[in-house]
Amino acid sequence: MSREPTALGASEDPRSVALRAVSSTVKTGAMGLIGLANPSRFLAFSHRLLQVLVPVTLAAFAAGLYLAFFVAPDDYQQGATVRIMFIHVPAAWLGMMCWALMSIAALGTLVWRHPLADVALKAAAPIGAAFTFICLFAGSMWGRPMWGTYWVWDARLTSVLIMFLMYLGLIALWRAVDDPSRAGRAAAILALVGAVNLPIIKFSVDWWNTLHQPASVIRLGGPTIHPAILLPLLVMVVAFTLLFITLHVSAMRNEILRRRVRTLRLMQAEAA
Amino acid sequence: MDLGAHAVFIVAAYAISTAVVAGLVVWVIADHRAQVRTLAELEASGVRRRSEASRRAAQ
Amino acid sequence: MDALAALLVRDMRLAVRVGGGALVGVLFFLIVVTIVPLGVGPDLALLARIGPAILWIGALLASLLALDRLLAADHDDGSLDLILTGRAPLELAVAVKALAHWVTTSLPLVIAAPALGLFLNLEPGAIGAVALTLLVGTPALTFIGLIGAALAVALRRGGLLLPVLVLPLTIPILIFGVAASNAAIVGPVPFGPPFAILGALTLLSLVVGPYAAAAALRHGLE
Repeated sequence: MSREPTALGASEDPRSVALRAVSSTVKTGAMGLIGLANPSRFLAFSHRLLQVLVPVTLAAFAAGLYLAFFVAPDDYQQGATVRIMFIHVPAAWLGMMCWALMSIAALGTLVWRHPLADVALKAAAPIGAAFTFICLFAGSMWGRPMWGTYWVWDARLTSVLIMFLMYLGLIALWRAVDDPSRAGRAAAILALVGAVNLPIIKFSVDWWNTLHQPASVIRLGGPTIHPAILLPLLVMVVAFTLLFITLHVSAMRNEILRRRVRTLRLMQAEAA
Repeated sequence: MDLGAHAVFIVAAYAISTAVVAGLVVWVIADHRAQVRTLAELEASGVRRRSEASRRAAQ
Repeated sequence: MDALAALLVRDMRLAVRVGGGALVGVLFFLIVVTIVPLGVGPDLALLARIGPAILWIGALLASLLALDRLLAADHDDGSLDLILTGRAPLELAVAVKALAHWVTTSLPLVIAAPALGLFLNLEPGAIGAVALTLLVGTPALTFIGLIGAALAVALRRGGLLLPVLVLPLTIPILIFGVAASNAAIVGPVPFGPPFAILGALTLLSLVVGPYAAAAALRHGLE
């Protein structure tokens, strides 16, 4: 282990130098997160971020759609309908990631009391619900040619349907509570309870599905995913993720503005 | 580009997905415009936020 | 501990006294079990096949509809605030309330289930399996429902919101309860594994339910 002299003259080994670099990066990131807690600073930051995000998202979708329709071959089992998978799988992935994001935001609200955490949660819910709906609809369009029916109670579709219902329930709960901060905390608890339950629900629905459909079922994408299909799929996942981030940041911005309007209206009513 | 016998389902999937995404985009943009407009109206009628008032007082 | 015991006794007395609440649940259970054959047809073989599912869904709905009696009345007359500021830990207090609710609302359902199983042409083995899975599974339904009741406690126009929030969370209980019941009848799957998972889910809910409900009450009522 060679020792190198630092600027202060004391000698340190490379491992602790690296450790300091990592920890200072993490601290900067954490300070950034705390720094963004100021709504005005977040508004300025989001404005600049969106100017970058929107063109990058459009470019990613252009690339993904081109790959999906002109590069990816037909699947030997499913024919051209495999292209539906390029929507169905990214939407399912984003639906789940959105709930994970909401859970982290929920912890931010309940544990760390980050000021923008419940803004993040409220903005995310309808977007996640919409992506989950896209997954269900695309899955239904995929199921009709494959299995002959518009809906089939296979494990993945059923689990996603339940997640969709939980999204709608969370949105309904938020709208049912009058006070915004109380609504935020109730929704945060529900998001965390849902996060604990969703793996359990997935597990039980998988179990239930194998119980009732012991025969071999065409698995989504076939036994293995051919590399020619994998690349368009990954690009579409990236495109959908960028789309989600763009929509989420925009919706958070709108929510901050909405709260300012509410504050001003309350002040106006008091002054009258 | 031949989408095969089940072209209508592929088209429907992509069309509805595009419509939902477009709906989200329209919602975000329209909501933004509405909030900015309402904020401008409120500030024009003389209501001020606390932080702005304290900034003026500090000047 | 005295306070918790007193709370348990009080809740059980109230549940039994006020408006026959516990027996109304059984009545609802009976009505559900009646209307399903009216909708599906009197084919006894079919009813025997779906019988455990009907009983489980009926019990699930009956315990759901009774949930708003768990916390709402205490919120309205102010005793919930007393419980919140009392010396007993809030998690234990709500757990005790849920226990009282289960004994007075769900346990009658479990006892009524065998009789209703006769209406559905279930064999004795199936009836026993359904009753046993209900006995083990209904506490989970109550303790998970406790979370929804705590989240919705201050809502005046709660309505169907509470079932909407709670039902997706209870789906695993339903799946394994019915699977274990069916295992005794149809039986490619043995009774053991789903019953064990059902028990595990109940034990998990006994812990998660009171913690989440207490958090919801603290954050919702401050």
